Amino acid sequence: MRGFYSRKIHSLLGVIPLAFFFIEHMMTNFAAVEGGASGFTDSVLWLNSLPLVFFLELFGIWLPLLYHGVYGLYIAYQSKPNLNRFNLERNWRYTLQRISGIITFIFIVWHLFQTRVQVAVGNVKHEELGGVMHDIATQPLLLAVYVIGVVAACFHFSNGLWSFLISWGVTVGPRSQKVSSVLCLGLFVIVTSMFLLSLFTFRDNEFQAAASAAQILRSFS
Amino acid sequence: MAETVAAPKNVKFIITRQDEPESSPYTEEFELAYRPGMNVISALMEIQRNPVNATGDSTVPVCWESNCLEEVCGACSMVINGKPRQACAALIDNLEQPVRIEPMKTFPVVRDLVIDRSRMFNALKRVKAWIPIDGTYDLGPGPRMAEKKRQWAYELSKCMTCGVCLEACPNVNEKTNFIGPAAISQVRLFNAHPTGEMNADERLEALMEDGGIDGCGNSQNCVRACPKGIPLTTSIAEINKQTTKHMFKRWLGV
Ligand code: SF4
Ligand code: FES
Repeated sequence: MRGFYSRKIHSLLGVIPLAFFFIEHMMTNFAAVEGGASGFTDSVLWLNSLPLVFFLELFGIWLPLLYHGVYGLYIAYQSKPNLNRFNLERNWRYTLQRISGIITFIFIVWHLFQTRVQVAVGNVKHEELGGVMHDIATQPLLLAVYVIGVVAACFHFSNGLWSFLISWGVTVGPRSQKVSSVLCLGLFVIVTSMFLLSLFTFRDNEFQAAASAAQILRSFS
Repeated sequence: MAETVAAPKNVKFIITRQDEPESSPYTEEFELAYRPGMNVISALMEIQRNPVNATGDSTVPVCWESNCLEEVCGACSMVINGKPRQACAALIDNLEQPVRIEPMKTFPVVRDLVIDRSRMFNALKRVKAWIPIDGTYDLGPGPRMAEKKRQWAYELSKCMTCGVCLEACPNVNEKTNFIGPAAISQVRLFNAHPTGEMNADERLEALMEDGGIDGCGNSQNCVRACPKGIPLTTSIAEINKQTTKHMFKRWLGV
């Protein structure tokens, strides 16, 4: 496929559906903060009760993620960072967008293995995911990796939106690009805090009840 | 009041040289007596007159290109102290020493500081950066351009194809065939012209080919590096808008 269209699809998939799923995931996690272990379990179960959930996942998450991730790695490979010569804010964001993309991709694959794949192979039930997360969030090393992964994903999401608006010709002049920078920075702060709050909430003991299942998981990681 | 006799100052240069397009580069140091108002080109001229390097050995004069000597032709672009810019406008007084001079390696190096900017001119041909007015009869006067539009279009017309924006771009490199910011901005210029507008689609389609506008990654270095202050990122975003619209129009067949 010609570069123009493949790049446009890459850009579009980053927002629809991936950015939307990212927000949705944030809300599901935040149910843990608002409603505790039962709130989180309810929201996970609700999500999985959606009709045709298999196809929603396939076309709304798996395939877009694969395309955006693999093509994104290619974009990152094609870049030749020059921060040493152009130590500028926008150039930093350009470079970090590529680095955070790589980190996020690796992190997501690992995170999926720990959660979704374990559900798929029958090691963990949906109701036990809170326990799995409790298990991860209480181990300092894993927690640190999660914090890095989450921050990278949040940056990639927010700055990606900024870039998307330019690539589709929505924000054209310098002022609109400045305003969208500020808005996207605000978004970054909000999503990062919400994800991290949820992550640290998983450390609460009430999530431990389901953690026994997570013991099984340990033998896989 | 006693006059102080200023000790004769010297200026040190470290120049990256290359004898042939395929040979490997090396650096050579030069030391010249300071003269008020000297710039990088006048220094290179002095080396040409007296090709002796800092260790006192006579050497082959350094090759470079220049024409206008007033920052309008773009021929003398090189990397000075890490920044791509015009050598004729680089005053020694404003430069940190030793002055490091390198060719813009984004382009093929012909010799020393001489580079081959053909890809920029080919890019202008590819996007048809002109207004076709030739015909077999007098077509009469074209439509007029609104003054407000003329003002910003004039800014875009200042581009001297110097290549600095390509040198500054992290996406213009050997791994991509990205056309670079300058040609994209010229498409905006010619698409804005009331007569040029009649061929707008052809220019957009050229930028939707491989190596076209999709190569931009929004690092926005170009707009900060352009010596002419051309709003390159505005041009790129505007052409993003025009190509996106064109894409949908083509799909829907309108
Ligand atoms: S846009 Fe500016 S930096 Fe780029 S070639 Fe033209 S004058 Fe040089
Ligand atoms: S000689 Fe023309 S820009 Fe320097």
